[in-house]
Amino acid sequence: MTGNARPQPDMVNAPMTNALSRLLETRDWLMADGATGTNLFNMGLGAGDPPELWNVDHPDRIKTLYGYAVNAGSDIFLTNTFGGNASRLKLHDAQSRVRELNRVGAELGREVADAAGRTVVVAGSVGPTGDIFAPMGPMTHELAVEIFHEQAEGLKEGGADVLWLETISAPEEYKAAAAAFALADMPWCGTMSFDTAGRTMMGVTSAQMVEMVESLPNPPLAYGANCGVGASDLLRTVLGFAAAGSERPIISKGNAGIPKYHDGHIHYDGTPELMAEYAVLARDCGATIIGGCCGTMPEHLEAMHEALTTRPRGPRPTLDEVTTKLGGFSSASDGTGEDDGPKRERRGRRTRG
Amino acid sequence: MSDEEDIILSELNDEDLVAQMMDDLYDGMKEEIEESVQILLERGWEPYNILTEPLVGGMTIVGKDFRDGILFVPEVLLAANAMKGGMAILKPLLVETGAPRMGKMVIGTVKGDIHDIGKNLVSMMMEGAGFEVVDLGINNDVEAYLAALGTEEPDILGMSALLTTTMPYMKVVIDTLAEKGLRDDYIVLVGGAPLNEEFGKAIGADAYCRDAAVAVETAKSFVARKHNQGVAKA
Repeated sequence: MTGNARPQPDMVNAPMTNALSRLLETRDWLMADGATGTNLFNMGLGAGDPPELWNVDHPDRIKTLYGYAVNAGSDIFLTNTFGGNASRLKLHDAQSRVRELNRVGAELGREVADAAGRTVVVAGSVGPTGDIFAPMGPMTHELAVEIFHEQAEGLKEGGADVLWLETISAPEEYKAAAAAFALADMPWCGTMSFDTAGRTMMGVTSAQMVEMVESLPNPPLAYGANCGVGASDLLRTVLGFAAAGSERPIISKGNAGIPKYHDGHIHYDGTPELMAEYAVLARDCGATIIGGCCGTMPEHLEAMHEALTTRPRGPRPTLDEVTTKLGGFSSASDGTGEDDGPKRERRGRRTRG
Repeated sequence: MSDEEDIILSELNDEDLVAQMMDDLYDGMKEEIEESVQILLERGWEPYNILTEPLVGGMTIVGKDFRDGILFVPEVLLAANAMKGGMAILKPLLVETGAPRMGKMVIGTVKGDIHDIGKNLVSMMMEGAGFEVVDLGINNDVEAYLAALGTEEPDILGMSALLTTTMPYMKVVIDTLAEKGLRDDYIVLVGGAPLNEEFGKAIGADAYCRDAAVAVETAKSFVARKHNQGVAKA
């Protein structure tokens, strides 16, 4: 197993000074939170409005959102700062407010977590810049590091325990965020979104992500997958992580089913029962940190917490068992294992002068 | 560089050069595509045939492999960029020679939606397939779409949404078109991560397109149908 030979970076050997590391020392599973956007829309957020502005404009609603997760038993919740980087806020002409919006988002989290009466981790959410990297797009490593660093400092200032990178597609972006978090001297977690034939939009497989994560100079405390297509696909990705052999804790944050349209409204078709099943299976697949993503409401989290607390661990499920319990995959292969996906038969590559 | 297997593009016969161009597109080699387009022009090829055979033909393969999960976004962007290099040479010549148009599309993300990677991919793939694309960018309300439809007179209206909360706005646009009696003047295609076929039907679009490759195939078949109807009416 090549994963056993991974470098032992300083952070791993450093004293466990953050709340997440301490929880990981004593617990063999942790529950993260559910949806941010879906919940905020239910509270009246307008389509296309940046949720991050609510940290300042409607702090009570944001504390209510954080409270949903804490009350449902979550050990970790993510701050309302997903789109709080300069590149995204610029679309709303709020790029000058990066530091403030992230700081306040984390401060509100700190208040809620500190009042919980148990250890609850405030994870400073960091989402993608939304830009494609050079040479095909405008984003560069240097610029991305600068953008993520600014956000990281705001979250740190507000008291986030860890930073939490999520919904990333491009390995370049993941690496840039890691570099920025090193500059901010913050422990972090980072998940990618595997939504295209079992890979990220940019073609990264679960195995490739593990390789990338283990090669970072400041690897995350935990890594994994969030969002994506459905619960089945997400667990196939988690199984892919586990098969790659790294001992690093795995994060599984899947959507509550698939969005459906009814009479002008959208709702996710995953029931609390299905998400409870997903949570237990995610743990059996090898995930340590388990939560939801889009469509995961308080009632889903409660069902997940109940299941994780009361149901025993089982053996690692096969792909067939995953599909039997949660439904079929969106693609035949996810690009890992012996069948590493379809390929085009092409004439031999010719070189040219 | 001095490998004896090196290919001199200008020494390939037409058939081999076309095959090579399709491979070069697949590999995103812009300079080679530009050189090959020039060679075919010098050999007296009609600009329209260069567009349709090696270029659109090559991009069709790229699109299929993208759809099938063999190629991913980075490779597709490179291929589209190579295609764009060839198109830049051909475009003025196509206009000059009065070559038939593939069709024209107006595209943009709907009001409230600022997520544009998917929309950009569709634009690039549509251009790669020879369509003329007018990109309205992000956050378009009904008025913006109507104004563009009026001035650009496209065959196709493309709308994109990434958020479950902005998806319903597509219906607002389609309903407005219907009220004004304009709905049947355009092929309306919709796309975006949270959408599905059922949604496309529910809001009255002509089709939901799962990804950029499907968008191109769907656009081609609808435009062909429209042209056939035109002939039948005439």
